[in-house]
Amino acid sequence: MFLINCPYCGERDQQEFKAGGEAHIERPKQPTELSDDEWAEYLFMRKNIKGIQFERWNHSHGCRKWFNMVRDTSNDEIKAIYKMGEKPPAQ
Amino acid sequence: MNKNLRVKSSEYIDETNRISFKFNGKTYHGFKGDTLASALLANDVHLVGRSFKYHRPRGIMTSGSEEPNAIVQIDPGTNRTEPNVRATEVEIYEGLEASSQNCWPSVEFDIGGINNFLSPFFPAGFYYKTFMWPASFWEKYEFFIRHSAGLGKSPTSSDPDIYDHRNIHCDVLVVGAGISGILAAKNAAKNNFKTLLVDEKNELGGSTVYENNEFNKINNKIPSEWLKKEIEELKNIKNLEIKTRTSVAAYHQYNYLLARENLTDHLEAKDKTNKIRQRLLKIRAKKVILATGALERPLIFNNNDRPGIMLSSAIKKYSEFYGVACGSKNVFFTNNDSAYESALSLYNKGINVEAIVDIRDQSESKIVKKVKEAGIKIYWSHSIVDTTGYKRLNSISIMKLSNDGTSVTGSKISILCDCLGVAGGWTPAVHLYTQSGSKLKFDEEKQIFLPNQNTSEQISVGSCGGDFRIDEILKNLNQKLKDTLNINETDLDSIKVEIDQENSKRNIWLLPSDKPLGKTKPFVDYQNDATAKDIKLALREGFRSIEHVKRYTTTGMGTDQGKLGNMHALGIIADTAGVKMGELGTTTFRPPYTPLTFGTIVGRNVGKFFDIFRRTPMNDWHVENKAEFENVGQWKRAWYYPINGETMHQAVQRESKAARESAGILDASTLGKIDIQGSDASEFLNRVYTNAWSKLAIGKCRYGLMLNEDGMVYDDGVTTRLGENHYLMTTTTGGAANVLGKLEDYLQTEWPELDVYLTSVTDHYATASLCGPNSKKIIKKIIPDLDLSDESFPHMSFKEAKIGNIQCRIMRISFTGELSYEINVQASYGKDLWKKCIEAGKEFNITPYGTETMHLLRAEKGFIIVGQDTDGTMTPIDLQMDWIVSKKKYDFIGKRSLYRSDTMKEDRKQLVGLLTEDPNVILEEGAQIVSELNKSPVEMLGHVTSSYFSPNLNKSIALAVVRGGKDMMGKQLFVPMENKNINVTVANPVFYDEKNERLNA
Ligand SMILES: [Zn+2]
Repeated sequence: MFLINCPYCGERDQQEFKAGGEAHIERPKQPTELSDDEWAEYLFMRKNIKGIQFERWNHSHGCRKWFNMVRDTSNDEIKAIYKMGEKPPAQ
Repeated sequence: MNKNLRVKSSEYIDETNRISFKFNGKTYHGFKGDTLASALLANDVHLVGRSFKYHRPRGIMTSGSEEPNAIVQIDPGTNRTEPNVRATEVEIYEGLEASSQNCWPSVEFDIGGINNFLSPFFPAGFYYKTFMWPASFWEKYEFFIRHSAGLGKSPTSSDPDIYDHRNIHCDVLVVGAGISGILAAKNAAKNNFKTLLVDEKNELGGSTVYENNEFNKINNKIPSEWLKKEIEELKNIKNLEIKTRTSVAAYHQYNYLLARENLTDHLEAKDKTNKIRQRLLKIRAKKVILATGALERPLIFNNNDRPGIMLSSAIKKYSEFYGVACGSKNVFFTNNDSAYESALSLYNKGINVEAIVDIRDQSESKIVKKVKEAGIKIYWSHSIVDTTGYKRLNSISIMKLSNDGTSVTGSKISILCDCLGVAGGWTPAVHLYTQSGSKLKFDEEKQIFLPNQNTSEQISVGSCGGDFRIDEILKNLNQKLKDTLNINETDLDSIKVEIDQENSKRNIWLLPSDKPLGKTKPFVDYQNDATAKDIKLALREGFRSIEHVKRYTTTGMGTDQGKLGNMHALGIIADTAGVKMGELGTTTFRPPYTPLTFGTIVGRNVGKFFDIFRRTPMNDWHVENKAEFENVGQWKRAWYYPINGETMHQAVQRESKAARESAGILDASTLGKIDIQGSDASEFLNRVYTNAWSKLAIGKCRYGLMLNEDGMVYDDGVTTRLGENHYLMTTTTGGAANVLGKLEDYLQTEWPELDVYLTSVTDHYATASLCGPNSKKIIKKIIPDLDLSDESFPHMSFKEAKIGNIQCRIMRISFTGELSYEINVQASYGKDLWKKCIEAGKEFNITPYGTETMHLLRAEKGFIIVGQDTDGTMTPIDLQMDWIVSKKKYDFIGKRSLYRSDTMKEDRKQLVGLLTEDPNVILEEGAQIVSELNKSPVEMLGHVTSSYFSPNLNKSIALAVVRGGKDMMGKQLFVPMENKNINVTVANPVFYDEKNERLNA
């Protein structure tokens, strides 16, 4: 059970949060201009990394804000947490 | 039998408090302070169970939670009965009853014991290999397997006890209250860390409190005396909470641990009532200090499992702590010095020690000399090659061990004995450590796995960290405490330790016999009956990974997770495969460390607290009027209102007719409601719904369909424009929370530039939905001054009104196809509103209807229910709802996906109506649909999603999804059922009032 440092509320138990998949996948601004393959890339293709992964999390049973997390999936160490719209920390 | 082996008075045993208990139906006596195991041993009872596969008689092997054999059923036949309990952990109480498990009909005569004589036919993987075929025989095998193999019996009535959960946040959690744990907790608390110390036993002190080796001294005192004073001092320390009878079951990431605190299991029945039995502690600790100690290893030799063969350290604990001799003719078998302490402990109490068999060629420590002086015979470089005694050990045979340890030579010596203590060295208890995700490293010199890479703020101190000598323990503990607590001095700085202990150990994982391995039974996992032979067979058959060997041989798969034999299994694999232990890795230890009861896991979340119920403000009325309820998500919704003993079918038929012929009323309060405000609210709706919203006039309502980005229908509902920048969205009952979450997600992450605010108002409003040709007259009676004319208040529009002083919102919208009004009031007025409507509707025979009738009425109209007629794979086009998909809008959620090659395929499953040839036959929801009978393989075209008998059409109707169904109007298809085939015809899904004339009736 992680201890997650919500950027708006502080440290809270994992059960207050919901994971929301890979981060930094921007919805295309002009979907209709995209080919099937390009749209499928946005829609379906997700990384599943053993190691450093960028993820979206939502404080669903708290402030309900979305934020980003950098997590090492091999040992679940949370490397960084930052707000939506902010740049990911340098590797 | 019933010989008394109580040999010494012990301060931990209250001999003035005599307790009687029953084991396997026979009455025995023990004393307050005894465990079931110590009390049985005092009565000379060793045989307590049968092994799982061969049903070999098994005895008490240990004195702690690692016990593999003495697994009992507590208080059998009562509603408090608990299976799989370790007799070594049960504190006896007056009236306790316990029985052996895994034996049928009794532990003394067990029919499964015949497996033992058949054992050449029970190799590793036997169950996998044999009971797999012929498959039809499984039922016959199952009867015997289930009957003769057993893991105890579950209680058959509900648990009378109360269980509890508690959250604890602390600076330092110390697990294990042996000498290391006590000193760690004391120093942490003294330095102002909020500290919690837990131990699974009822007494603090671990093994040191009965450590009476006169050659070891702490501050000139023998360790037990010194430690008892330390324990005494703990009482005066602030910041320290101590919990005994508390075992840590799981150690998760981020220092989150689960522990079970046992509060009443040691009390007699009358004192258990109305108390919390067990409490699950959910502990979040800043730092964790593991002081879980070490488990003594057995030795693996031929027939090493007979009752009477025990761990040497257990014999010492029974003697020193419980004052019980485990046998009257004792022998020890060892590869290190610790058996000599146990032997001396017995000798000092006048108990006969026949011999010590040591696989080493010598040891020069003082304690060995002392044993020699006592005249106890020591056989150096000898090994046990066999044992005898079926239900109790009666002799061992020993032979000289070759220099390389792989064979035995010379003549066989037989020694009579009734108890054998084996000492194979110590294995650090690293189970919790590895559960936390931290990594181990194999220490070649000590032949143990040691903590290596920590993943959270934690340290392992004492013997679980690999220190076995008291001087090393205290020195390393001191340094580790200073480092982890960031302190400069501790109590330990001034401690003086004297010690005389030989570290030498000769490690042989599998000891040889004079017989070939195939003819011997060297058990590695006692509970699951895995022998060294099985492990070698698995390797011969090609298994290499330790995890595979474990599953194939079931080594370490019992309730004890193989705490005793896992290391030997690894050692034997490494030796056989010719690899190093370190390269082999170790198996994963999984929580719980010892089994937990379901009661502890669920705590108070039982009965009506199992899940949250949501009830509408009108709920009381529904209950008073004998509604049947159905669960919709967490909501309890009125399902139908049977009168005069009607069946569900009869009630629904009556309700449906009434709603179309005169007036019906539905409690629609559960529909999700989201208040949407902001200058970009219209633009926002444009992006989330498939249809256009910018031109919706204030005071008008519109139905919307919401897709996922993959183009599949996600939710639907009517949204009303309350003002220029103000909308009220309704969602499905079950989808409300997810829809809100999804909308928030888009607003926060994709469209943060939009000025839109969302508020869930589902619980704030109560909704009564009136429908039927007379609904307008009823509204007129309640709100006489409201203009209800079609010109002023047309279909799909909204008005604010007042019922008396109560403000309400009225939407003229319809989910039934009838003239219909939805009245929304503040939730607290919901019941009043409902009663007013019923009262005013009396003259029109207003009929309350539930969700079932609602479903029927909308099916007559071909309106979909998201989640019933859709399943996350249906696009609006598949639903024949092309009309609601805007062609003009540049974008909305899911739009691009509607033009993917897959979603444009002609032969996708599409929503159609189905009519049965015989109008009285009602299809089963979920039934498969085919175009040809007797075709193999059967081509499944689709399935029935909704099906009812329509009283208004006087025939059965159904909605279905059918591959290519759109182009099949009028085609005959078949619904094959178990006993018959039903002929159906594809039809328009709108069965009733296709022209929507009744909306304005
Ligand atoms: Zn938050």
